[in-house]
Amino acid sequence: MRPVAAEEIESLAIGAWILGTGGGGSPYLALLNMRQLYRKGVVCQLMEASELADDDLVAVVSNMGAPLVGQERLTDPKTMALAVTMMEEYLGRKFRAVMSLEIGGGNSIQPFMAAAMLDLPVIDGDCMGRAFPEAQMTSFAIHDLRMYPLTLADVRDNAVVVARAASWKWMERISRKACVEVGSIASTCKAPRTGKEIKECAILGSTTKAIGIGRAVQAARRTHRDPIEAVLEVAAGVKIFSGKIHDIARRTTEGFLRGTASIEGLDGFRGHTFSLAFQNEFAVGWLDGEPRVMTPDLICVLDTVSGDAIGTETLRYGQRVTVIALPAPPILLTPKGIEHVGPRAFGYDLDFRSVFP
Amino acid sequence: MRRRIGIDVGGTNTDAVLLEEDVVAAAVKTPTTVDVTTGITRALDELVERAPGARVAQAVMIGTTHFTNAVVQRRDLGRVAAVRIGLPSGASLPPFVDWPEDLAELVRAEVVMLEGGHEFDGRPLVPFDTRGMRAAARRIRDAGIRSVAVAAVFSPLNASGEEEAAAILQEECPDVAVTLSHRLGRIGLLERENAALLNACLIELARTTTRAFTHALRASGIAAPLYLTQNDGTVMLAEVAETYPVYSFASGPTNSMRGAAFLSKRDEALVIDVGGTTTDIGSLRHGFPREANNVVEIGGVRTLFRMPDLLSLGLGGGTLVKPAPSLTIGPASVGYRLTEQALVFGGDVLTVTDVAVAAGLIDLGDRARVASLPASLVMEALARIRAMIEEGVDRMKTDAGEAPLIAVGGGSFLVPPRLAGVSEVLNVPHQAVANAVGAAIAQVSGEVDQIFQDLSRDEAIARARRAAEDKAVAAGADRATINVVEVEDLPLAYLPGNSLRTRVRVVGEIARQP
Repeated sequence: MRPVAAEEIESLAIGAWILGTGGGGSPYLALLNMRQLYRKGVVCQLMEASELADDDLVAVVSNMGAPLVGQERLTDPKTMALAVTMMEEYLGRKFRAVMSLEIGGGNSIQPFMAAAMLDLPVIDGDCMGRAFPEAQMTSFAIHDLRMYPLTLADVRDNAVVVARAASWKWMERISRKACVEVGSIASTCKAPRTGKEIKECAILGSTTKAIGIGRAVQAARRTHRDPIEAVLEVAAGVKIFSGKIHDIARRTTEGFLRGTASIEGLDGFRGHTFSLAFQNEFAVGWLDGEPRVMTPDLICVLDTVSGDAIGTETLRYGQRVTVIALPAPPILLTPKGIEHVGPRAFGYDLDFRSVFP
Repeated sequence: MRRRIGIDVGGTNTDAVLLEEDVVAAAVKTPTTVDVTTGITRALDELVERAPGARVAQAVMIGTTHFTNAVVQRRDLGRVAAVRIGLPSGASLPPFVDWPEDLAELVRAEVVMLEGGHEFDGRPLVPFDTRGMRAAARRIRDAGIRSVAVAAVFSPLNASGEEEAAAILQEECPDVAVTLSHRLGRIGLLERENAALLNACLIELARTTTRAFTHALRASGIAAPLYLTQNDGTVMLAEVAETYPVYSFASGPTNSMRGAAFLSKRDEALVIDVGGTTTDIGSLRHGFPREANNVVEIGGVRTLFRMPDLLSLGLGGGTLVKPAPSLTIGPASVGYRLTEQALVFGGDVLTVTDVAVAAGLIDLGDRARVASLPASLVMEALARIRAMIEEGVDRMKTDAGEAPLIAVGGGSFLVPPRLAGVSEVLNVPHQAVANAVGAAIAQVSGEVDQIFQDLSRDEAIARARRAAEDKAVAAGADRATINVVEVEDLPLAYLPGNSLRTRVRVVGEIARQP
């Protein structure tokens, strides 16, 4: 266990937004909360999964809802903590630590907000290694762990416990319904996990990885080096394409933001076209009509100059972007993993081929 | 005859033009003065002298960076009470939370957070705490605070909370200026609240400045109503503008792009504005600058203002040229000291202007003083400038085809007549005062950005359009001349019932005064 410095939270916000692969929501407001808490003297602790006893309990937390609503109903550490304490009351047991559901986007920082209120450490890890749009797209689901109970808290003292669910899909449907009812934003504590489950089934070290990516971007900016090269170096990534967005089409279906973006090549990619499909996160990319990169490989779209990640909601005409791929956690690349999060899970009839050897 | 005066108050020069119908009848350039109004008076006097018709102009439009500079330089700012309506939501992130500490300390007089606000579908979040509001209004009155910013959760969708707060403030402290966030911004509570807070701290300065402008106008014998230009290329009546100073942020580049469109009669083109220190490249769509979509920081404060999407290069007439050890151009510049420090003006600094004079691109100062510059140096410097411009233009283009490029600004002689990726470079008369021309032709706009549910896309857009038209008319537009200039819709993930965020912007000509 080690203390996390305020600067590391800043780095985490940058790195996690990149690992969000276009989704997960901007970490900005969660970061502002952490700055406030650190200013008051809070210091969070980061804990290795190996430090957990097998029967310890870990709270897996995330914010649920529409990113746009989150821009008005600002995220609050108290509500996040409430979801965790409700779960403790329901279980009649205390948690040993908290962990992020997804390291991509704002949910990377939510466990730190809960941890600061509850004086618990944060586990270095998550269960996606990135961001994904659906509840069954986690390493825990791939390992067939139980998906209930779940607690959901609203800022107005409304709270829901989903005691049981027949499947991940049912859990998604029931909790989504409750979330919409309280204004499409809520704090959730997912099914509690034992120390053994975390050690065996979580994606470990992803918090440290996100901090490292963010730190590399910051260092590159300070020394006027290319921040994208810095990301590729530190995260063993591959540059896929670089150009200018010249078309973007979005639609919402079944509560997801789906669409495609088309990019015209610049510099070394002049004369080529790249097209990207997304469902909250980037799912598949085609170079001149041929599949070039696909989920679960991480597809990240970065501002070519600043290296900042660009979300699927903020993509727009004329932006100059670079598409990079980062390697996916090994669990997502197993046959079962591909079934849950491969291209067919997003409706693309493609055999998964990684850009990494 | 339709006569309008456009004035641009820049950091270096104050430019003024008289437009008669669609013709530039007179143009003047005078140095900007520290008190701003003296420069305006001088420019107007000179304009009237050259074209007496200016005295009977029907409208005067001023574009100014005065309010932006006040924030950036932390001067002349008022102290503000912030009222946030939205508890229990957002309690951990109070107003001013992401401001630079020095600016917050200067401006923050009182922070009030109250229960209230709405959901994304217009339902109340919790009932508005009107008793708390009344108590706060009394505290504000007793503390002698003169300006209040009010921001409520989801107020762009349902403004009733902010309106009620304004009514209570009006009852308890009628002399206090009130800025309501829903009048200023879109969805995004912190950014909208920041805009309201910036507005509130500028409101006294805006009042005195616009009144001084009006005074300068009357002193020059011009009776026409005064308008201030906004960052989207449209204007507001000075009486209205003095309550919304933040809308003038970045109106300078917008005016120069709009002026470029007018002078060249092109609605779809790239514009390059070469000044003394920097070059701005932007893109015109339907005669208006394409807007940046991202968060814009003003003096370190995050906002969501409508700003033109610009690429700024460190290249201008005053940019330094260093021949050794290897040729470098900029980014440093002699700026407004060009006429003392450049070689052709008797100084000892080699600038881009000197290179241009040596190459015969323009005749300025004493050409003999640059006769000894090696031809190879001149050629190489020009090639470098061309490369900088070509790369910048390419970055701002939105498709691979060739596009026309309109050159404006005092340094437009630096733009080569032929450029890669450019179909033609348009040099137009009065290009050096394009920004004042842009101010003179400004129209009135209205904008709506709202979430619609369970409506077809067409119905949602039609509804947004009607609301935007009403806003434009309220701001002084002639309803018969209103056009839609922008429609954007974004379906919202996770929201039920086919939610569509729709943004519509309309513009119209200024209605003739009754």
